[in-house]
Amino acid sequence: MATYTYEHIPDQGAKAGVLAYLVTSAAVLLLMMVFGLLMRLEQAQWISIGANRFYELMTLHGAGMVGIAAIAGASVMWHFLRQYVALSSRIFVANLVLFLAGVVMILGSVLLGHFHGAWTFLYPLPGNSMGMWSPGAAALFMGGLLVIGVGFLLLHLDVARAIIARYGNFSRALGWPQLFGHDDGKAPPPTVVASAMVTVVNVIGLVVGASILTMMLVNLYVPGFDIDPLLAKGMIYFFGHIFINATIYMAVIAVYEILPRYTQRPWKSNKVFLASWTASTLMVMFIFPHHLLMDFAFPKWMLIMGHVIGYLNTVPILVVTGYGALMIVYRSGIRWDMASKLLFLSLFGWAAGAMPAFIDGTITVNYVMHNTLWVPGHFHTYLLLGMVTMLFGFMYYLGKPDHEADDHLIDRIAFWLFTSSTLGFTLSFLYSGKESVARRYAAHLPEWVPYDRIASVFAVLVIASSLVFMLRFFARIGLARHDYQRAPVARSAIA
Amino acid sequence: MQTIAWQISLVLMTLVAFGFAFVAINSGRREEDYSPLQKKAYRLRTRLFWGLVLVFGPAMLYTLLELPYDAVRSRGGAGAAQVVHATGYQWRWELSQDHVAVNEPVEFHVTSADVNHGFGIYDADLHLVAQTQAMPGYTNTLRHTFTKAGTYKVLCMEYCGIAHHNMLTEIRVGAQ
Repeated sequence: MATYTYEHIPDQGAKAGVLAYLVTSAAVLLLMMVFGLLMRLEQAQWISIGANRFYELMTLHGAGMVGIAAIAGASVMWHFLRQYVALSSRIFVANLVLFLAGVVMILGSVLLGHFHGAWTFLYPLPGNSMGMWSPGAAALFMGGLLVIGVGFLLLHLDVARAIIARYGNFSRALGWPQLFGHDDGKAPPPTVVASAMVTVVNVIGLVVGASILTMMLVNLYVPGFDIDPLLAKGMIYFFGHIFINATIYMAVIAVYEILPRYTQRPWKSNKVFLASWTASTLMVMFIFPHHLLMDFAFPKWMLIMGHVIGYLNTVPILVVTGYGALMIVYRSGIRWDMASKLLFLSLFGWAAGAMPAFIDGTITVNYVMHNTLWVPGHFHTYLLLGMVTMLFGFMYYLGKPDHEADDHLIDRIAFWLFTSSTLGFTLSFLYSGKESVARRYAAHLPEWVPYDRIASVFAVLVIASSLVFMLRFFARIGLARHDYQRAPVARSAIA
Repeated sequence: MQTIAWQISLVLMTLVAFGFAFVAINSGRREEDYSPLQKKAYRLRTRLFWGLVLVFGPAMLYTLLELPYDAVRSRGGAGAAQVVHATGYQWRWELSQDHVAVNEPVEFHVTSADVNHGFGIYDADLHLVAQTQAMPGYTNTLRHTFTKAGTYKVLCMEYCGIAHHNMLTEIRVGAQ
């Protein structure tokens, strides 16, 4: 078995492109959080915006959050991956430009064309609006998603090119020679392994997503071009599941890169690590039937496969990445600051959110919990307390004035406010799911309103604390470009 | 089922929280030599892995024993299955009959005339007791035996447009 020692890699400042991604992410994230709050306030009967506006906001909230999660994740991946491979800045910027063009199309579709078919655009809803929006508005929305998808496909193809140029092929980038043969300790670093995995799954997912979007766009204007609704649903969830999960797999690179700098301990690609990422590569592609467990017409063996992989999928999260963070932090003498605290918290959020998620993927549970608020309950846990928290940690790391700088009191208060209010917010969703509150309802039954009111209060606190994180990042954005030591040196037992 | 799912989730999330809190509390004093710690941690990880296999494995298999797709489900009651044809429209339900007998199996043949809907049956306490998707071009067969008389609501469980939240109807369950 290879032995691993910590090798220091100097902290690098962010390229202008990375900062543009982060600014876009923060701005859109804040706006989408406000949209989410408005939806909860409407359900709580504290405001009255009407069903039309509610479903428009819901469509924007879904599309916007998935989009910026991908943009934010890509910025983390690109920032660290360029230490190991030669990436194209032009393609990176082109992806952002295409993303913004897609956002403009989606905003136009929803705000001007009143499209509100949800971000999941389930066939045949976009073309069956009952006069609520035009085929043009639906086409603009799906066209916007397609443009965004093309941008990400370009980005991943460039990542693939760069990885192949350095490592020769994807099996080497995934560390298969070390996984299936002798571990000589020379497997690619975790950042490369994770980036290779994300590239493989996202290229496949994006092609499937683009295919169904194109089919639906043709169907909008040529109704005779009929699509099987079950096939469409399968393709949409295959793409959607991969794309949103890939955002976490990209963002977790911040944890792999930054926590070792804080603890001066290695996070290396050993056999267990490589096995878990190879397993995740396969599982993230074959787990999608767990979104279709209530589609009894879907092949039964695929539904059972979704159930089984749902359980297996928790193992790499808990035993490899979550446990890996615990290992390198335990008795490390780490000096806690906002960046390290948020990154550590983010792995808790990811691991904790995986628990109600795999339970939801149990067929007999899904039978009475599918499409209740249990679902946003678990995905807000691993996306907000997981993925978004990784993003906040990365922002604090980039903007840290120097390695010995102390956090301001307001940041420390915001950290605990964010932690407690996000837990309160997600647990309100989960409890509502336990009480069978249906999801995607503009108006709730009177019995459900108390839960909405509690969730609304927590949502306000989540936004307030997130605002502190974002403002701090904007205030320090000038520092983020420079190369200097950011991570404090861990305490020594001898000192 | 919902209460069990909630309680198990809370227990597991709390265990994860304890793990992270324990490490955070014990992070301050540095052990310079990482190798012995690593070896101990790897041994513990192996145990954790097998612990997960032993707990989650049987749970995963046990929960597969009774699936809503199986024809034998709810055949325990006396008499032949009552058949109700349910069709979803934007934004209403059309049922071939809106009353069924208690303690006798009911077979719902669920489909949609336009877009995706979800056929969710709620009891008098507003708890979801059974559901399936209503899809255009497909008929999903949902088998359920109502064990309590009363008025049940059918709510739409798949977003279908502006009046999705108003798409509901009722089923009366009583003596035949």
